Amino acid sequence: MIEIKGLSKSFGKKPVVENVTLKIQPRAITSFIGPNGAGKSTLLSMVSRLLDADTGEVFLDQTDVKRMKSDAFAKRVAILKQANHLNIRLTVRELVSFGRYPYSKGRLNAEDEKFVDQALEYMNLIDMQHKYLDELSGGQKQRAFISMVIAQDTEYILLDEPLNNLDMKHSVQIMKILRKLVDELGKTVVIVLHDINFASVYSDRIVALKDGRLVKDGPTNEIINSEALREVYDMHIPVQEQDGCRICVYFNSH
Amino acid sequence: MRKNSTKLIILAVIALIFMALFAFYNIQGGFSYAFPKRLERLAAMVITGTAIAYATVIFQTVTHNRLLTPSVMGIDSMYEVVQTIIYFTAGSASIFVVSRYLNFGLSIIAMVIFAIILYRFLFRADKYPIFLLLLAGMIIGTLLGSLVTFMQVLIDPVEYESLQARLFASFMNVKTELLLIAIVILGLAFIYGYRLLRDLDVVSLGRDNAINLGVNYDRIVLQVLILSSILIATSTALVGPVTFLGLIVANLAYQYLATYKHSVLIAGASLISIIALVGGQFIVQHIFHLNTTISVVINFVGGIYFIYLLLKESRKAG
Repeated sequence: MIEIKGLSKSFGKKPVVENVTLKIQPRAITSFIGPNGAGKSTLLSMVSRLLDADTGEVFLDQTDVKRMKSDAFAKRVAILKQANHLNIRLTVRELVSFGRYPYSKGRLNAEDEKFVDQALEYMNLIDMQHKYLDELSGGQKQRAFISMVIAQDTEYILLDEPLNNLDMKHSVQIMKILRKLVDELGKTVVIVLHDINFASVYSDRIVALKDGRLVKDGPTNEIINSEALREVYDMHIPVQEQDGCRICVYFNSH
Repeated sequence: MRKNSTKLIILAVIALIFMALFAFYNIQGGFSYAFPKRLERLAAMVITGTAIAYATVIFQTVTHNRLLTPSVMGIDSMYEVVQTIIYFTAGSASIFVVSRYLNFGLSIIAMVIFAIILYRFLFRADKYPIFLLLLAGMIIGTLLGSLVTFMQVLIDPVEYESLQARLFASFMNVKTELLLIAIVILGLAFIYGYRLLRDLDVVSLGRDNAINLGVNYDRIVLQVLILSSILIATSTALVGPVTFLGLIVANLAYQYLATYKHSVLIAGASLISIIALVGGQFIVQHIFHLNTTISVVINFVGGIYFIYLLLKESRKAG
């Protein structure tokens, strides 16, 4: 289990994350939601060691993450940030093969190839595995990067706004795959989401942040209601039930 | 498309042909005298070429920029500073000029210490982006350049001429003893660098992806910066500054080999570098009859190629 204890971070004098403490439930999808600048991405970056926290600790199964070796950590926790511009030209398969680096250090064995094949299949990329990334559309590229993270075969998968720039069809596709990763393979997924309805429909738990502070942390149905959401977003958000899903109809709100 | 191993073999064959041409073409004044001399120069060119290619490729990977060379950090300028200070304070007849060992050692140590201080103070990847480091390097390089010019206008014109000869790259009179020292330093650097090559493949995916894949990014970047300055310092102290060479050969290698694997890229860039140096020196000796120096040729061709690269990049951006 990942435990976050008293994590804070400031950029210059501006505090971005302030004293956040929470536990990530295993074998579940946890969504980080909140207004722009709430510190969701920063929090995720600190959990995954991309960013050093000013104060506070992150524990992975009671071990301080800072004390773990880089490659040991990389076999257990994977992170994918939103901006993924590459300077080098790679095929989809080459990129996904990089996911095996923590295990093989660049020399792929038969088992690694098997993981790469599986990851490609999971993301529906077998047909285009030999295409170069710069020949692909935004959605296909995003799938290739997620496929790399799947090939990494970690218990924890952290994703920073993976639905950015994706159309509805591809967004649904990716959320369904994440659901499958949790339900079938027992992974733990933590995801930063902007679209509150995707968070409502697909996640087990929701963590809401506002101005760098934790305001809500609980099962999805405790957070997706008008009162709780008002606290997070400072606006009235009507919630409607549709086919067993709670949908926030905020478009005409005042 | 040809396979990369075939391409490397082609490059190796061309390099060998040029090396053979250089060693045997139109040999005069007694074989037993001229041949060892030519071999010495050949060795100097192979060493320098490899060191510069290696240093530039790894430097460009950690800075994520294909138009930068380690000389941006002011390492070359530090060489000029050391030489100028020696001439300014002690003169051309002093032990620091006459003893090649002393001069060689002093230059390398000054350049590497300069680089390490620069990196140690400024390289805090979590606090400052690498661009700040590069900017600081450029500014310090310019400052050192001005310092050099200032001292050069003050010294005796005869001394100045002798100093000028030092500041242009030349393979004409390389000392065997220095060659051996350079080979040892570069050999150690290569062995040390070999462990980093696969990590560097991952580093080229960018900081976030590299850390995700378990690479100790900040440590590798620091190691590479120091390693590349040792390589550049050694080759500069041996033959003088060859600024553009690294930029040309690294980019030609990326274009020709189209791979992300550093083992292949570095081998390719080194071979192209050897071809450029040996071929260039051959042309300087047998076509220009030593009326020009190889650094002039390299800076001329390199300058044109650099403009081409800039135009290409800006077209891609626009």
